[in-house]
Amino acid sequence: VTKFIDLTLSGISDGAVYAAVALALVLIWRATRIVNFAQGAMLMITTFIASAIINSSGHYWLGFVVALAAGLVFGALVERVLIRPVESAPPLNAVILTLGLYTLLVAAAGMIWGNTPRSFPPAFSLRGYDVGGTRLLFTPNDTFIVLVVIAVAIGLAALFRLTPLGLQMRAAAFAPEVARLLGVRVARMFTVGWALAAVAGALAGVLVAPSVFLGPNSFDPILISGFVAAVLGGLDSPPGAVIGGLSLGVGLSYVSGYAGSSLVPLAALVILVAVLMLRPGGLFAASSERRV
Amino acid sequence: MTAVRSVLQRSTLARSLAWVVLAAVALILVSDLVSAYNDLQLATGLYYFAALAGLTVLAGQSGQISLGHGALMAVGAYTVALLIGNEGWALVPAIAVAVAVSVLVGIPVGAAASRLRGPYLAGATLAFAVGLPALADKFPSLFGGENGLTINPPVPPSWLGADFPLERWEAWIAGAGALVVLFVLYNIIGSGVGRSLRAVRDDEIAASLCGLSVGRTQSTAFIVSAGCAGLSGALLAVVLQLAQPGAFPLQLSLSLLTGVVLGGLGSLVGAIWGAALLTLLPNWTNDIAHSFSLSTKVSANMPLAIYGIVLIVAMIAWPSGIQGGLRAVFGRLRATQGSA
Repeated sequence: VTKFIDLTLSGISDGAVYAAVALALVLIWRATRIVNFAQGAMLMITTFIASAIINSSGHYWLGFVVALAAGLVFGALVERVLIRPVESAPPLNAVILTLGLYTLLVAAAGMIWGNTPRSFPPAFSLRGYDVGGTRLLFTPNDTFIVLVVIAVAIGLAALFRLTPLGLQMRAAAFAPEVARLLGVRVARMFTVGWALAAVAGALAGVLVAPSVFLGPNSFDPILISGFVAAVLGGLDSPPGAVIGGLSLGVGLSYVSGYAGSSLVPLAALVILVAVLMLRPGGLFAASSERRV
Repeated sequence: MTAVRSVLQRSTLARSLAWVVLAAVALILVSDLVSAYNDLQLATGLYYFAALAGLTVLAGQSGQISLGHGALMAVGAYTVALLIGNEGWALVPAIAVAVAVSVLVGIPVGAAASRLRGPYLAGATLAFAVGLPALADKFPSLFGGENGLTINPPVPPSWLGADFPLERWEAWIAGAGALVVLFVLYNIIGSGVGRSLRAVRDDEIAASLCGLSVGRTQSTAFIVSAGCAGLSGALLAVVLQLAQPGAFPLQLSLSLLTGVVLGGLGSLVGAIWGAALLTLLPNWTNDIAHSFSLSTKVSANMPLAIYGIVLIVAMIAWPSGIQGGLRAVFGRLRATQGSA
């Protein structure tokens, strides 16, 4: 039973990170209908920046805040400079462009910081909680991860539902032409979407870096899991991304604990295909209409 | 002369045969002229072409994205390695069975793919590309684990002469495979199947109103491209004499898609450009990186950086790829000639 609880808890903590990456992908998909394969590399860069700040200043929280701010600027910049020229091009072009950006960022990180992974400090202790004499695999840092991701998800939901900015963003994503006629600055909403997504990504990077170490390619598996989680939940739905991330984290944790870690990629494939065969638009797809 | 021309205009089959013969002659001449190293590059480009041509039919003609074709190449490669290395089969039947096996794998994947659209298809095929190679680790006794399987190099037949270089023979084998792909796909694109693919791509609802089965058409495209990827993987195993998980990372699937888009989506000539790029670009970027005297940290990552920049710039400057760009240039030339 202890093993089951341990696996569940560590699955939740992994899943929270997947959920944050999935949220980043969903935000970009909603805004510009692009799957951002460069997300993993973008959050890698912001995490390296955080690492540099923490090492030079000695303050964890300074690095944390700078990483999020860097994400905000970086996301907006990427949208304005690189994505806008291909927004009207065929969809595959944007995919290839984000792959190119991924490659370039990985190479740039290798040039600046080297290819050897380095350690990254956690926000809180990595010693598991003691419950009745047994030590759980769940640490104060895991609690922090889960709480932060939940807070971000609630914050985003509030932004979209309760604020004028959120309404404009939804309008720009749902019907760009009509929104433009009604005075919404659609292009700016796209930029805001990318910026917010990059913040969610930067957050995921700082949260997961202590357990995967920090190197140019460290976050590739996280991006793949995040993408699978986003597809599971339905790419249009931020709550779907969170639930997709958490259930994928817990599911993979059971597979890894009971059947061996080598089966994890295969299990991710099976889960994804099973869900998509039943619901081709993900778990939380809005009623699927296809335009004639 | 006019009779030949009218036959070529009317018959796709005759046109495809003419192209295959022309390409075969060109390949034999080129492989004869160049060095052993270039022959190896030629072989590499030719097996890339087989995979890219299949993928360009899938992505360009049928409008489906696949990030999983690297895994289908792995299926072909492992089949050939098992049949030749462990069972001692001859080359041609082993490659034929490899294609058959990858088609068999492609059937359920294609059936699943025909239910999915856009990013959901991309996500499912991505999981396929990451998940399938895990099998090699799960059954190390059969698939050789991380080290993979090795096979003996193919022996050039004796009638070609005792000193016929191995590399040229490998280029010929890969060339034969590539020509089969060229012949089959040229006829598919020009036939009713090709028209159904394009009809479904452009408007699913209109196509199904015309009596086309959307799901079946899309599955067909996937299965055809799976067969091409399997053949490509089989040729890769023969040329490298190796099938191992490291040869089929996710990056392979991604660079196949890159090659297809950079070359020009949906066109077989574009697949040739794409194959040339995938083969030559790594060498060029390496050469450029080492022509500057830089610290190892910078120069080791330089090829990757150049590759990334090429992708970004190409997508912004030539959104329709090399073939699309060439078409636009020639179209403009013709227009100015016409008006003059």
